[in-house]
Amino acid sequence: MQVIKDKSIINDEWSLIRNIENSDPIPDGDVILPFLFWEANREKLINSKDKHAIWVDGSIETESIANDLKYFIIIALDFPTFKDGRSYSHARLLRERYKYEGELRAIGDVLQDQLFFMKRCGIDSFKVRDDKNIEEALKSFKDFSVRYQAAADDDATISSQRKFK
Amino acid sequence: MYKYDNYDQTIVNERVEQFRDQTRRYLAGDLSDDEFRPLRLMNGLYIQRHAPMLRVAIPYGLLSSKQLRMLAHISRKYDKGYGHFSTRQNIQFNWPALETVPDILADLATVEMHAIQTSGNCIRNTTSDQFAGISKDEIEDPRPYCEIIRQWSTFHPEFSFLPRKFKIAVSGSKGDRAAAMVHDIGLYLVNNEKGEVGFKVFVGGGLGRTPYIGKCIRDFLEKKYLLSYIEAILRVYNRFGRRDNIYKARIKILVNDVGQEEFGKQVEKEWLHIKEGVLKLDQKEIDYAKSFFTSPTYSKDAVDDTSYNEAKKSNKSFLNWTTRNLYSHKIPGYTAVIISLKAPDIAPGDATDEQMDFIAELSDLYSFGEIIVTHDQNLVLPNVKQVDLFLLWEKLKTKNLATSNIGLLTDMICCPGLDFCSLANAGSIPIAKQINEKFDNLDYLHDIGDLKIKMSGCMNACGHHHVGHIGILGVDKKGEEFYQLTLGGSSENDATLGDRLGPAIAKTDVADVIGKLLDVYVKLREEDERFLDTYRRIGITPFKENVYASN
Repeated sequence: MQVIKDKSIINDEWSLIRNIENSDPIPDGDVILPFLFWEANREKLINSKDKHAIWVDGSIETESIANDLKYFIIIALDFPTFKDGRSYSHARLLRERYKYEGELRAIGDVLQDQLFFMKRCGIDSFKVRDDKNIEEALKSFKDFSVRYQAAADDDATISSQRKFK
Repeated sequence: MYKYDNYDQTIVNERVEQFRDQTRRYLAGDLSDDEFRPLRLMNGLYIQRHAPMLRVAIPYGLLSSKQLRMLAHISRKYDKGYGHFSTRQNIQFNWPALETVPDILADLATVEMHAIQTSGNCIRNTTSDQFAGISKDEIEDPRPYCEIIRQWSTFHPEFSFLPRKFKIAVSGSKGDRAAAMVHDIGLYLVNNEKGEVGFKVFVGGGLGRTPYIGKCIRDFLEKKYLLSYIEAILRVYNRFGRRDNIYKARIKILVNDVGQEEFGKQVEKEWLHIKEGVLKLDQKEIDYAKSFFTSPTYSKDAVDDTSYNEAKKSNKSFLNWTTRNLYSHKIPGYTAVIISLKAPDIAPGDATDEQMDFIAELSDLYSFGEIIVTHDQNLVLPNVKQVDLFLLWEKLKTKNLATSNIGLLTDMICCPGLDFCSLANAGSIPIAKQINEKFDNLDYLHDIGDLKIKMSGCMNACGHHHVGHIGILGVDKKGEEFYQLTLGGSSENDATLGDRLGPAIAKTDVADVIGKLLDVYVKLREEDERFLDTYRRIGITPFKENVYASN
C-alpha cells in the first residue's frame, strides 16, 4: 500500500481495521485500530504489542485520547468526506496543544486539493483515495509558497516576514 | 486603501495557477462534479440557471478607480456588459464561461483583486460600514481590522471546510451601518470605561430560513486579541457545529442549541489556550494595517463655497437629489455622494460596463479615485467637495445614475431571484419592476421618506427580507410564484426581525399591497415618524386589516 509521507511516496505495511467489535480478538500484525476498540482492550493491547496505532474521526474529541498519546506511533484522522473539516482542528490540537510527535495520517476521502491544508494542520502522512493519482497529489504541497496565518507547520507567516516600518 | 506587497501578490497569483489547474483537471474528467464543486465555490464560482456565476471579492466594499475599470473590462470581455453589486459589497458576473474563469482571475490579480472565499463553507469577505473613515460618529476606522481579518482568514488551513459559510462584519461607528447583528460574528469597535478602544463581540446572528439576531459573548475585547478570539470561536464552531443537516449547520443554530452563555464559556475556554500565542497582534501589525487607511489631503477652502446652496435654491431636481443622495462628511465642505443603482428601469444593483468606467472617471475627478460598494447595492464616492456637486450631478444624469431615491421605497434591496439563481422559488427583479411602475411619483416617494424594502426570491434570504421595514419573500405554491410580506424589520442598532403580515399574496398584487400598507402609514403617522416608527407604535393589526379586509 502506498502512502505519502514527508512529501514522498513510500510503501507502508500498516493495515487499517475499519470494522471490529470490542469483543473481537486482537488482530495480528501492524494494524491501525479504531480508538474505541483500543480503549476497550487497553490493558491487553499494552501487554501484547509494542507499537500502537489508532484511528479516530471528527466525532471523537481530541481531549479523550490526549492522555494516551505516548502509546501511539500513528494516529490516523478520518475524513469520511473531504467536506468534513473537523479533523483539521483535531490535527492542530494534537500537534500544538498536546505536542503529539508521532505520525498523523489522513485517511478516508483524502484528495489532492486538500493536502496543502492538511499538511499545514500538522498531518504528515496521507493515504490518498485509491482511485486518485498519488503522484499528481504530491503537487498540492506546492500550491502556495507563502501563508498569512500560523498553524501547526513551522513555516514563517507573512506578517512575521514583513518589515514593518 | 490597502496596497498589496509581494506576499499578497504572490498568494493571488498562485491562486490563479491553482484554479487554472483545478479547472483543467475538471474539464479532463479527473475531478468529479462533486469534488470540483467546493473548489470552484471557494473561488466564488456557482453553476447557475443559465451559466456560471462568478462572485468577485471587494474587501469591505472598497474599490480604486483602477479596480472598477477592471470590473468594467471583465463585464465587457467575458460577460454581457454588466455586473451586479451584491448585499455583501461584492460584485457578481452572471454569464462567464467556465473555461474563461482562470483568465478572469488572472486579470483581477493584476489589480490586486480575486474571488477567494466568496462562496463555499469557509470564511467569506469581511464586510463593513460604507462610510468608514468619513462619518462623524466613528469611534475608529474599522477597515484596518477588516484587512487584518481578511489576511488571517485567507486560505486558513483549519477553517476551509467548516460546517457552513461564515460571515464577519466590523462596525466602527455608533450607528451600525454594517448590519453586524445579522452576521456569524459581528464586531463593534467600542470604548470601555477607561476610554480604551476594543471590540464588543456578537455571534450567531444571521438570516436565511432560521433568522437570529446576534448574541453578545464579550463586552470588551482588547484589540491585540482580535485574531485569537475569532480563532477560538471558529474552532469551537468547526468542531461542534452540526454537519448532518445543511439547514442547521450555521453557527447560529449551535449558539442557540447550547445557549448563549454556554457557547461563550466554550469560546473563552478555548481562547485561554491560545490568547497569548502567535495570534496575539503586535502593535506594529495594527499600525501597519492602519497606515493604509489614512485620510486624503482635504482642501481647507472647501467650506468657503457658496455656489452649492445657490444651486439648491434654483434647481428643484438637484435639491431633491441632495436631500436623498448625500451623506454628511466629518470634514466641513465635503460630502459623500451615493450613486443610486436603483433607476426604475434596471435590476437593482446592476451597473453596465459603461457606467462603471464612467463612475471610475468621476471618482478620479472628484473623490480621490475611491469608490465604495454599499450593502444596499449602491455605490459611494466618499470624498466630494460641495463645490463639485452640481457638476457631478449633471454628469451622473447623463448615464442614468442620478436617481434621487436613496433610502426611499424604490431603493430596494433585491437578490437575483428566479431570473438567474438556481435556488430561487420566485422572481425578485420583476417585482422590483412592478413596484417601480406603481410608485413613479417622486413627490410621493419623498413624502413617504425612509423606507427599506428588501426582497429575496427564496428563504435563503440573500435579499435580507427579514430586516426590511417591508420584507418580501418569494415562495412557490404549487408551481406559482407567491410573496410573503413581513413588516418592521431592521438591521441597524435596533436590529429586529420583521413580523409576518399574513398569507402570501399573488405576484400581480405585490405593489398594490405595498400601496395599502403605505395608505395606513400616511393616515396614522405622527409628524416626522418613519414608516418603521409608526409600525412599532401601532403594531401590525391596522396594516393587516387594510390589506386582507378587502380581499
